[in-house]
Amino acid sequence: MKDLRLMKGNEALAEAAIRAGADAYFGYPITPQSEVIEYLMRENPADRTGMQVLQAESEVAAINMVYGAAGCGKRVLTSSSSPGISLKMEGISYIAGAELPCVVVNVVRAGPGLGTIQPSQSDYFQAVKGGGHGDYKMIVLAPATVQESVDYVKLGFDLAFKYRNPVMILSDGIIGQMMEKVELFEQMERSTEEFEWATVGKKPGKNSVVVTSLQLQSEEQEKVNLRLQAKYREIEKNEVRFETYGCDDAEYLFAAFGSCARITRKAMEMAREKGIRVGLIRPQTLYPFPVDEVNRLASKVKGILTVEMNAGQMVEDVRLAVNGQTRVEFYGRFGGMIPSPDEILKALEQKIIGG
Amino acid sequence: MSEKNIISPENLVYEKTSVMTDRVLHYCPGCGHGTAHRMLAEVIDEMGIQGETIGVAPVGCSVLAYYYFDIDMQEAAHGRAPAVATGIKRVFPDKYVFTYQGDGDLAAIGTAETIHACNRGENILIVFINNGIYGMTGGQMAPTTLPGMKSSTSPRGRDVKTMGNPLKITELIAQLPGTYFVTRQSVHAPANARKAKRALKKAMEYQKLDKGTCFVEIVANCPSGWKMTPAQSNKWMEEHMFPFYPLGDIKVPSE
Ligand SMILES: Cc1ncc(C[n+]2csc(CCOP(=O)(O)OP(=O)(O)O)c2C)c(N)n1
Ligand code: SF4
Ligand SMILES: [Mg+2]
Repeated sequence: MKDLRLMKGNEALAEAAIRAGADAYFGYPITPQSEVIEYLMRENPADRTGMQVLQAESEVAAINMVYGAAGCGKRVLTSSSSPGISLKMEGISYIAGAELPCVVVNVVRAGPGLGTIQPSQSDYFQAVKGGGHGDYKMIVLAPATVQESVDYVKLGFDLAFKYRNPVMILSDGIIGQMMEKVELFEQMERSTEEFEWATVGKKPGKNSVVVTSLQLQSEEQEKVNLRLQAKYREIEKNEVRFETYGCDDAEYLFAAFGSCARITRKAMEMAREKGIRVGLIRPQTLYPFPVDEVNRLASKVKGILTVEMNAGQMVEDVRLAVNGQTRVEFYGRFGGMIPSPDEILKALEQKIIGG
Repeated sequence: MSEKNIISPENLVYEKTSVMTDRVLHYCPGCGHGTAHRMLAEVIDEMGIQGETIGVAPVGCSVLAYYYFDIDMQEAAHGRAPAVATGIKRVFPDKYVFTYQGDGDLAAIGTAETIHACNRGENILIVFINNGIYGMTGGQMAPTTLPGMKSSTSPRGRDVKTMGNPLKITELIAQLPGTYFVTRQSVHAPANARKAKRALKKAMEYQKLDKGTCFVEIVANCPSGWKMTPAQSNKWMEEHMFPFYPLGDIKVPSE
């Protein structure tokens, strides 16, 4: 029987973490994602599955607790929102450098600085281009629904362990706060697998295991970087995920992700009612970005409007993928403001069709 | 004069513990880190917990501690070792978990992680090597640098008015209900090293009791950072460090 519920995004995500067989969660409260840890504390998963939940003294501590537990080969996650994610960046860089698996949830709010608690997509660059120091990549999943927030927890753990790499779920205040119908997957068993790269206690006759991102010799560090880059090429080859709507006959194209893609889809429907044949591409993985698909679609349309709840971040990746084949314009609202479908349609008419 | 080979099993009086690897220590001659490593390694050996111990190395001169301890280890970001150890202990409550940290790591950049791990009573051992200086980065002032003490960032001596006071973090830690055993030791002379080892062993054994954090400070020398010979540095440590950081137990289990 299907387990269908009406749930708030943050709470559904927390439930998904328990069901995905997570071993531990470490976090620090911040709006608009505090319901994740509140739900976990209320549910007390230690009783249900043995999953550990701890409120850390800061996001810095939380991500380093994630490092420690992930270094033991455990399924660990943390969640936060933008200012807290900035604090986690040091730890994320270390996790990427030490090649540990984990899931980091960012329920984005508007910045810079303390900004507002209202939803935003202004952490795209931070998530996709780095954020912490050094050449590293996170796999970035962008849910547009509460259902995807749930499904991406499971997918996130799978990808994190497949590539021994941090995975970020880049959500936002809309998806975190809204209630929606969601189908929960069944409780998974917590894994008892012991990985040869994890610190579980030295085995007799085996070398001791060291979890580190340190290489003193440049020659060795370059080898690490080359290995990481090879892994990222592999991820780019295998893990691109996206959805397209109305692209078969499209003369124009929208590009949008996450909650903004839902609003843009409405704008697309309104445009089609007016006889404007516009499609939409919604990247579900922001890294790896659907470069080939955007490139292919660009060759068929007269122009692309990228719509985001920020000052124009993903549009840079769209332009790189389009590679000059067609015009790419941007429309965005920011600071916690949410664009309406009317506004988006008008922007399409003015910037692309009439422009 | 005839030479006699005295290296034979029946003459063996002192042996390197197998919990230490054969790698050559990178520490400067006379540095306290090496002895502290050895004491801790011997404790792990004697307790027979090599396969159940997970250590966390800091950022500092002992960043490569995992070269020397033949146990599973994780290398933490600067100051974050107590948080990393918390993550390990929470998923492996039955393993022995320790951090090994310098004063800059533990009492400056990592103060929050240190205090909160201790305040939660994380069931781990924290080994704190207090040499009053940033050894690794070339002898800058540490949170524990003594008043008037010279370093590359206090070239005229630490002026507490503008540079702040040395932090007695161990006394502070002892105030926290989460800590179970807090002690200050040294390893500069054989008798002290033996005492420090006993303290480390007690602290490691207490992890089985699940009573809270055990914290062992080792006041150590840094001949290079202090710009002294090893012998001078030990004398200076006795004359200046010990009066300010008195050796002995600060908090002992009540029963
Ligand atoms: C975030 C960060 N800041 C600064 C440094 C540079 N750094 C490395 S070790 C160190 C100080 C180490 O001193 P201490 O903890 O006292 O250890 P010691 O070398 O004296 O044993 C500093 C400042 C760093 N690696 N990371
Ligand atoms: S710099 Fe100081 S602490 Fe570092 S190895 Fe040399 S003597 Fe030891
Ligand atoms: Mg020091």
